[in-house]
Amino acid sequence: MVPGAVVVVTKAMRNYLALFLLMPSVTSFAAVLPAERADVLYHSYSGGGIDINGPAVLVRANAGDSVSLSAKHYIDTISSASIDVEVILGASTYEEERVENSFSIDFLNDKTLMSLGFTNSEENDFSADTISFGVSQDMFGDLTTISMGFAHGDNEVRKTNESSFLKYSQSDNFNLSLAQVITKNLIMSAAFDVTTDSGYLNNPYRQYRFLLTPTTYDLRDEIYPNTRTSNALAIRGRYFLPYRAAIHAELRTFTDSWGINGNNIEVGYTHPFANNWTIETHFRTYSQTKADFYSDLFPYENAQNFMARDKELSTYDNSTIGFGVSYEFANAEGGFIDKATVNFKFDHIQFNYEDFRDARDKTLIPGTEPLYKFDANIMQLFLSVWF
Amino acid sequence: MLYKLTFSLLIFICLSACSIEPWVKPYERANLADPIMSFSQDPLSQGYMHHVYQAREGARGAEGGSGGGCGCN
Repeated sequence: MVPGAVVVVTKAMRNYLALFLLMPSVTSFAAVLPAERADVLYHSYSGGGIDINGPAVLVRANAGDSVSLSAKHYIDTISSASIDVEVILGASTYEEERVENSFSIDFLNDKTLMSLGFTNSEENDFSADTISFGVSQDMFGDLTTISMGFAHGDNEVRKTNESSFLKYSQSDNFNLSLAQVITKNLIMSAAFDVTTDSGYLNNPYRQYRFLLTPTTYDLRDEIYPNTRTSNALAIRGRYFLPYRAAIHAELRTFTDSWGINGNNIEVGYTHPFANNWTIETHFRTYSQTKADFYSDLFPYENAQNFMARDKELSTYDNSTIGFGVSYEFANAEGGFIDKATVNFKFDHIQFNYEDFRDARDKTLIPGTEPLYKFDANIMQLFLSVWF
Repeated sequence: MLYKLTFSLLIFICLSACSIEPWVKPYERANLADPIMSFSQDPLSQGYMHHVYQAREGARGAEGGSGGGCGCN
């Protein structure tokens, strides 16, 4: 067993997602530069046999009256013994690290904000470079902000146990969004997104499962299409309540050329109290249908042109409940720092798969194993400073 | 038909934009300017949660706010 062989078994969606690193912000008042601030965050994810944690730093500062610069450094330290690792390779825990660095520059000209960004993400078997461009324009008495953006990503896929393995993929993303002040207490936004991918979109380690005999199964490398196109549409709103609190809601629908249809709904409530404290809670639910070429168990080897057994391409749903608490230190005496906040956030997610079975117990007849489900806990602790 | 309707609507919006009076005056926007009304209050934290969801869900895009992250892990 080569330990590195299992490194990216859980990285199903990575090829397509790197280009979202630098999507332009959808903000309600774009005709000002983003706030000057620094954030230091510690994050922790634990669920499904995977533990991921690490630090992240984001600094944004102005250069003159019309230029804003930002830099981000982010690390994922991963320790994984996921169900994919156990079923496909019977492997024990592996360790790895992902390091991401981003830089962006924003130019403000009257009511127009233009953004340029670059991101690099590196792992031992995967590299992603993304460039992005965005423009936002305020109009109609600053009640409306229209934003559009484009991002292009180049990805390099390697395999830790096969030095000659080298594949490439590309992603292009176009997005259009509208933020609209509806009343003095209500703001809404709509966002539309088109993404196309081409090249090697597989996970190089993942395998599909097929029946060898009526009571046994075997595994072979997955085969994916070389292209994917997806559309997503989201509508969001925030409403200011009479006693200084806010409720928010989000609806998003998604469809792609692989046959996946997904929807999510989120509602939340934010409540400041006692001058310095703010608490927030939210509930989110997500569901999707499977990709056309997904199956938990194919009837025989090479049953069709494309075959996948990635649980993120199966039919499933998840629910999130979360809360956050924030304490603000205001600096009334002037000086370099305007204010600072200390924040803690916790989210609990339940995943329920409808056609992905827990095949770790190989004494069971294939196709009769229990359906897989797991819970995940996510924690964030961060310090934000405005200057 | 759909294209004609869309084109007509765009022309109407462009022409009417010249005469639109902001129905929420600048002095009425205190509530909207409150940090609790921001779509992207904590961009680093929000980006991290996008990253978590993107890595574990088939859907992608239209997240809003600041960016998400590679779907690794």
